[in-house]
Amino acid sequence: MSEAQEFKYIGQRTIRPDGFDKVTGRATYGADLTLPGMIWGKTLRSPHAHAKILSIDTSKAEAHPDVMSVATFKDFVTLQSESAAGTEGAASVLDVARNCLADDKVLYHGHAIAAIAARSERAAKDALGLIEVKYELLPPVLDVEDAMKEDSPVLHDDMFTAGYDEKPSKASNIATRVEMKMGDVEAGFAEADIIVEREFRTPTAHQGYIEPHACTVTYDENGQSMVWCCTQGHFDVRTLTAKVLGMELGKLKVIASEIGGGFGGKTVIYQEPVALVLSKKSGRPVKMVMDREEVFIATGPTSAAKLKAKVGVKKDGTITAMQGWMAYEAGAFKGSPMVPGVMTMFTPYDCPNVLVEGFDVVVNKSKVAAYRAPGAPQAEYAAEMVVNELAEKLGMDPIDLRLKNAAKEGTQTIYGPKLKRVGLVECLEAAKNSPHYQSALPEGQGRGLASGFWFNIGGQSSVSVNMNPDGTGTIVEGSPDIGGSRASMQMMAAEVLQIEPKNLKPIIADTENLPYSQGTGGSRTTFATGMAVIEASEKVVAQVKERAAAVWNVTAEQVEYADGVARNTAGEDSMTLAEVCKNAEKTGGQISGNANINARGAGPSFAVHICDVAVDKETGKVDVTRYTAIQDAGKAIHPGYVEGQLQGGAVQGIGWALNEEYIFNADGVMENPGFLDYRIPLASDLPMIETITVEVPNAFHPYGVRGVGETGIIPPLGAVGYAVGNAIDRKVEELPCSPPRVLALIQNG
Amino acid sequence: MAIVIFSSELQKLTGEEQTRVDAEVFKDIVTEISNQYSALEHDELMKMAVAIDGEIIHTPFLEKVAATSEVHFLYRISGG
Amino acid sequence: MAKSHVTTSINGQPQEFLCEPGDTLLDVLRNDLNLTGTKEGCGSGDCGACSVTLNGRLVCSCLVLGVEVEGAEVGTIEGVSTGDGLHVIQEKFLEHAALQCGICTPGLIVSAKALLEENPNPTEEEARYYLAGNLCRCTGYDKIIRAVMDSAETLRGVA
Repeated sequence: MSEAQEFKYIGQRTIRPDGFDKVTGRATYGADLTLPGMIWGKTLRSPHAHAKILSIDTSKAEAHPDVMSVATFKDFVTLQSESAAGTEGAASVLDVARNCLADDKVLYHGHAIAAIAARSERAAKDALGLIEVKYELLPPVLDVEDAMKEDSPVLHDDMFTAGYDEKPSKASNIATRVEMKMGDVEAGFAEADIIVEREFRTPTAHQGYIEPHACTVTYDENGQSMVWCCTQGHFDVRTLTAKVLGMELGKLKVIASEIGGGFGGKTVIYQEPVALVLSKKSGRPVKMVMDREEVFIATGPTSAAKLKAKVGVKKDGTITAMQGWMAYEAGAFKGSPMVPGVMTMFTPYDCPNVLVEGFDVVVNKSKVAAYRAPGAPQAEYAAEMVVNELAEKLGMDPIDLRLKNAAKEGTQTIYGPKLKRVGLVECLEAAKNSPHYQSALPEGQGRGLASGFWFNIGGQSSVSVNMNPDGTGTIVEGSPDIGGSRASMQMMAAEVLQIEPKNLKPIIADTENLPYSQGTGGSRTTFATGMAVIEASEKVVAQVKERAAAVWNVTAEQVEYADGVARNTAGEDSMTLAEVCKNAEKTGGQISGNANINARGAGPSFAVHICDVAVDKETGKVDVTRYTAIQDAGKAIHPGYVEGQLQGGAVQGIGWALNEEYIFNADGVMENPGFLDYRIPLASDLPMIETITVEVPNAFHPYGVRGVGETGIIPPLGAVGYAVGNAIDRKVEELPCSPPRVLALIQNG
Repeated sequence: MAIVIFSSELQKLTGEEQTRVDAEVFKDIVTEISNQYSALEHDELMKMAVAIDGEIIHTPFLEKVAATSEVHFLYRISGG
Repeated sequence: MAKSHVTTSINGQPQEFLCEPGDTLLDVLRNDLNLTGTKEGCGSGDCGACSVTLNGRLVCSCLVLGVEVEGAEVGTIEGVSTGDGLHVIQEKFLEHAALQCGICTPGLIVSAKALLEENPNPTEEEARYYLAGNLCRCTGYDKIIRAVMDSAETLRGVA
């Protein structure tokens, strides 16, 4: 794949093919499906953060005339702890089941205990009050550092910290300890002229998708069970749900509705197996839709974290040693993204001496789920703040300090391999030359800068490109379209087939219409599903050549295909794609190409963000006055949707840095489970988000694509945090920089 | 013979930083090193991703390595 | 409890329905009238995904009771495009890639239409504050505001 590729269709700002439906309200999302005879399911949730369940009495609810079925954990198949191939990675299926409906303990306020299906949504909600639960209250564990103490109450009697040479004898809330290192940090720090060491805290924050979790399901004894749900990965919903319920994969069809945001939070299951139980027991289709409070208290937010970062530099700016420590809250069950945090923390830097230690810790809060570059924002925030402080102490431009130590092709990573070609240096240079950076900081404002790194993944995508007799085609793929990916699939197929994109219709097939496809997440879709689309389209071209060759009595090698036309190189004949397709029934049957791949070679995406803020010193309110997001996309298939990822990630990170946090009371109850007080950024909070898309192609993708979806949320925490500190001349150590915290910093400085 | 380089985590189980392997296919490499180092569990290694000469591969089961390849075991990253 | 009978007009078409006293207009639109274009994001008037117009005024339908629309004129996303094609605002949203997941889009389009009918020449700041009640988690608002400003120009006949 050459770097200076000329493209006919790639790189244009096409209108997305699903756009008409989305701007007219026709597109159907998770809560939009109604079936004949459908009833409504609602969930009873724990009022306590930590308690043993002594008994659950559903008899009064079951006796109510409007109630048609009731579900508890007893209705799930008893499982041994095992891995299921969910998009979350190796998940303990038993933990998943216990999170969907509590087993013998409730582990967080809002933990689902039972569910009722009734003739109306109101009747179902009202009947929840008829379920009687007896609890034995236990002291809640609500803070990661408290949870790690020797004398802390323990959530799981069978949790013994993994990652020590000897298995501990005492149960703990620390699920896992990981340590990664290279070189010798002690020697490195000894060489340093300046060392900065800081501690940081980041809050529990939610992915904040506007669409609550929703599903409509039918259970059919004959094996035609169906789940319609909003999800990032319907094949993984099928896998996990089937395991929880002991169903065969082939008997469960999952249809991905359009999805109203996920960001990683919709790669797991909550209501689906519960709704199927309710449907099975009532004989009716069941719809379950969470309300906003349920989304906040009972669906995975991301981990709150306690972090430490220590970096040493020589006077000339060479970084000699980098050391990190982190403890991540996993919520009620183990599995925070601590490991990726450890792996990414210092990866933007080429330093031979690095040591990072991390802890995955359970607490009585809802189980965390993936959130855009899971684990990386917290860890890289700590690193970037310290690097910025070092730049200040050195009197060195923060971009120059990063350029001097920038990770590039051949840099050894802490997690093992050396990096292949990456675009951090190009991003740093683009940042330096950007209009934003070149402009003077307005009087009284603060400026911050930060870099970010995320691996991106490949994985399995299955695609079929089916040509119609009129030369138009359908691209059948399995990646729910969260951000406009259909447009990119259309363009990539068009580029291979050399016909106008509008002649190709991408559809997202259900689990019965395609082989397994991994979910939309991990910045994989344009890369991996795109690769499959390209391969499937190339097979169509190969068939077209064969059919034309057969008609002209030549070999397929004697047919060339360009600009949508097949030409006989041994003669004068030519046929358009449409003509070949029209003749398909005469030349052997319909033309279709498919590719079921396990894509490898995902290229990491680096980013650099610049943020200016103005702080009102009387109220502590922070305004972002200017923001630039620079990121390496490899090759931007649809520039508009790539920019959208950069901007969307930036604004989620801005929210996380400035306002978003779960506020818990002493009983472990979230006091702000609504958009009024869990304050995500509004249109009135922000300026335009300037973007610069850098393109350092990824050699493993035919068009050079790197995933871009996730990295963009990483730099804002450091860029905004440092900008605020810069504006008020204080050290920011705790996020978010909400007005009370900023005021406290100003006043106690 | 390809080189398998052990992460600091795996070094705790192998006592060594790296080793050379005869096997040319990932699944056979796993068999070889889990036989060589008793503390390495075959099934746990099979669940890991691998980087071969810097290219990260999630499910490397049949991946071939060259005689000059460098192999690293990695945690599987899923993303969000 | 007996249901109330309501006679109203939705997107210019006469409409009747039965609802319970506690049903919101949002419940009625989505569950009884199958007009699922209007979305529920929060149920408490904080996100704007349920934006509709009531007698020409922009409201959150989750904060309006079904019984309140007796004799009123309700405007939803389904009524924004005429039979001839998309409204300028809808076209501009598509041109500017001002939607990613699209869940906030119906509410935003209804709100943007209300804004431009009230104020055909808003400044960027005026547009941002008018639309502050419509949350978007995907786009960061940049392309949405560009689409709205471009729509304003086009509708004024200036572009």
